[in-house]
Amino acid sequence: MRIDPTHGIVGAAGPRVDGLAQATGTLRFLDDLAYPDMLWGKILRSHHGHARIVSIDTSRAEALPGVHAVLTGADLPVAFGLLPVSQDEHALAVDKVRQVGDPVAAVAADDPDVAEAACELIDVVYEPLPVVTSIEEAVAVVDEPIHGEGPRDNRHREVSLEFGDVDAGFEAADHVREDVFFYQGNTHAALEPHGALALVDETGRLHLWSSTQVPHYLHRIAAKVLELPEHRIRVTANPTGGGFGAKTDVFSHELVAAKLALVTGRPVKIVLTREEVFYCHRGRHPVLMWFKTGFTADGRITAMWCRTYLDGGAYGSYGAASLLYTGQLQTTTYRIPAYRFQGARFFTNKPACGPKRGHGTPQPRFGLEIHLDKAAEDLGLDPVTIRKRNLVRPFSTTVNHLRITSCGLEECLDRVVAASGFADKHRSLPPGRGVGLAVGAYMSGAGLPIYFNDMPQSEVMVKVDRGGLVTVYSMAADCGQGSTTMLATVVGEALGLDPGDLKVVTADTDLTPIDLGSYSSRVTFMAGNAALEAAMKLADLVLTAVADELDVDPDEVAIGRGVVTAAGRELTWAEAVRIAEARWGLLSATGSYKPPKDIKGDYKGAGVGPSPAYSYSACVAEVDCDPETGFVTVEKIWLAHDVGRAINELLVRGQVEGSVHMALGEALMEEQAFRGALHDGPSLLDYKIPTVLEMPPVETILVESVDPEGPFGAKEVGQGPLLPVMPAIANAVHDALGIRVDEVPLRPDKLLAALRDLERGGEGRYGPTKLPDYEFRSPLPVEPPPEFR
Amino acid sequence: MVEPQVEPVRLEVNGVTRRLFVAAHRTLLETLREDLGLTGTKHGCELGECGACTVLVDGTPTLSCLTLTVEVDGAEVVTIEGLGTVGDPHPLQRAFAAHGAAQCGYCTPAMILTAKALLDVDPEPTRTEIAEAIAGNMCRCTGYLPILEAIAAVAEETR
Repeated sequence: MRIDPTHGIVGAAGPRVDGLAQATGTLRFLDDLAYPDMLWGKILRSHHGHARIVSIDTSRAEALPGVHAVLTGADLPVAFGLLPVSQDEHALAVDKVRQVGDPVAAVAADDPDVAEAACELIDVVYEPLPVVTSIEEAVAVVDEPIHGEGPRDNRHREVSLEFGDVDAGFEAADHVREDVFFYQGNTHAALEPHGALALVDETGRLHLWSSTQVPHYLHRIAAKVLELPEHRIRVTANPTGGGFGAKTDVFSHELVAAKLALVTGRPVKIVLTREEVFYCHRGRHPVLMWFKTGFTADGRITAMWCRTYLDGGAYGSYGAASLLYTGQLQTTTYRIPAYRFQGARFFTNKPACGPKRGHGTPQPRFGLEIHLDKAAEDLGLDPVTIRKRNLVRPFSTTVNHLRITSCGLEECLDRVVAASGFADKHRSLPPGRGVGLAVGAYMSGAGLPIYFNDMPQSEVMVKVDRGGLVTVYSMAADCGQGSTTMLATVVGEALGLDPGDLKVVTADTDLTPIDLGSYSSRVTFMAGNAALEAAMKLADLVLTAVADELDVDPDEVAIGRGVVTAAGRELTWAEAVRIAEARWGLLSATGSYKPPKDIKGDYKGAGVGPSPAYSYSACVAEVDCDPETGFVTVEKIWLAHDVGRAINELLVRGQVEGSVHMALGEALMEEQAFRGALHDGPSLLDYKIPTVLEMPPVETILVESVDPEGPFGAKEVGQGPLLPVMPAIANAVHDALGIRVDEVPLRPDKLLAALRDLERGGEGRYGPTKLPDYEFRSPLPVEPPPEFR
Repeated sequence: MVEPQVEPVRLEVNGVTRRLFVAAHRTLLETLREDLGLTGTKHGCELGECGACTVLVDGTPTLSCLTLTVEVDGAEVVTIEGLGTVGDPHPLQRAFAAHGAAQCGYCTPAMILTAKALLDVDPEPTRTEIAEAIAGNMCRCTGYLPILEAIAAVAEETR
């Protein structure tokens, strides 16, 4: 909603409303909850990558003193999945296990040691099946596919779309270039391991607490799997100790804790170990990709063809959406007049991949931004010029029917180039040092909900008591991104109140109205808009009542900081509120947000990619590479981000810096790698994330394009700033050493291999060269929007 | 299951003497969180890798998930609950909130205790010394930069 802030509350850099609770250790995470008669749950997990379950004997576990219940797949037979099209999981395995770590049986016991001992007494007989661990293996027809009946291949989903005449675009081009890239999978590694606690309350209803980012989806799936009506279940999302997408799926331990509580009649808590968290995963898909793009001699894109191959792991999860995300957002930064996208996701016997910060878009963004850099070199252009020749324009439509509104991309690019001195440094730094550039864009919330419906995506209720306390009710789950502070700030700005003086009740399906969850960077835009609408209605009630009471014209009444002013008089907020309560009764108001309908095309697949607004980012990385060791040190990152408007500058900068940190890990060291079906190192010792010593200085530049539909003009910041960092680093490595590492992570051994290739007269490249032997079906032609015809 | 051996232990926790009987295999993290209800200390990895369970044992940052309670019999233990409250926060707690040094807040108690141990022995650390002191504490949200700022700001204040 386009309203300008006037109270200096939006745009300030105040602390989080829960900042002191965090700093004093009094913010209650899931594992901090306990009940006096609580039992501890533990899940027995498969150590096979793919096997048929021949038999399970739980009698020895049941006989162990201190054990109160043992469950197997037979107790929870209903299949589920986060997406309606992927109902392929069970809370406990039924007939088959498909990855190491698949849940097989569960125990509730007096203490964690007994629960663990009981799991070891469960006798499972497996019949091992052939294991598939790569896309190359997954394209082959086998007798025993991971899902469904054989013989068939292990393809999960495929997409094949064409917007405009791509072949004609290539024919019209002066230069056509093809490149292959590989983006290794990596995981969220949020510091808090997942957990759940369930009990049957005094009215016989189930209450399930979870470290989840999506209490509403958990609510729906719990009802389905437990075969209870939704109104018999209450889900509360605790503040999560980091999410990044890790906690946007529904997991076995949540459903199992609930079932164990129902069976035993006692509270049951399950907290995962770090190893279990690595096997739950749902993180970044490994993606092999190929780009073919035509350019005019002056660097304008004439057509693009992109193919992606996703290693999805054992289950669907969000994968049908992840697949589309690897193709859909290329058009949001560059004007591509004709575009063909073909992608396929495959099942393998590894932990299922899903959404991690940037969901499906960092991989193609990595490829695209390096591909463009290479094309610029072919054409004798610099990296800034080739991008500027192709920038998407504000308030335009893309060839795949995405609606672009506010767009500060050009300003981001200009400012990051100026601040970093990119033009002077590029191709000019001493050997071993280099700079690289890349851009990106991300959605301010997915335009469509996960299950089809016409209801709002976010609803907010505000209520005021006689003392003047404003309470905001929203299901938005704070996973550290600061959604609770955002709600307090938006409502506070509208009512002239300090965010710290408001009460915000969140993430409880009994108490709060719908918010679909903390994913797809949707909360500020959607819940923020709903909160603003509710607050404006409430302000109107107060202003009208005061005008009536004082018998002045409504235009003469205004909200100030903590006061209501009326024709020269000043009332405190509490005085004004009491006048309004006398006039209207209980003071409350609601707001709802639903994205506009006209932001998408009407082809199959058009539901993924549309958003009411896109954020934009540009990044310059400066690196120092050691040609002896192949080690890359990132010296500095400049990152400009178009956030529309910063609701809270401190939190916005925090998201940018945190994105840079996560991107640095993805670029240089993190990989969710496997030996066969076994994780290569499911611990934070083996899985390297950057420590403070690897973290470079970051110069953050905020660009405020003031979106016409965002709350006070705001757009997203939680995910977008990550996108350009990995390719900017890869492009900087090229500037430093003249080599190309066309995959992440850019490990030292890969740099050394590329350097050896260069020394031997090769092109100095490390990366994939061929694509899997897989035939896509012919693309479905989609008529482009009128301006492309 | 074999009945675990139980030992008597005396700890000075946040200035209060606590006498307990604990199983020999019980970690200090379990004792603090589950026996004493001090849940400000966090479990992140149970293997001493993430630093989220750090408490001060006789003033030294210590990974409570790798420390058996019986090993620290007689020691002084300081947890985040011993520093301050929302109403009366320690300067580090106030600075962490003001500088945005916590996003999810899970690493925060351990990070603050580690910073306190540094400032107790070196009230004027350089940025590099601060970074080295907290290098064993992982934060997945902030990129560490506001954490460095918050600690430096407290050092500056007390100078």
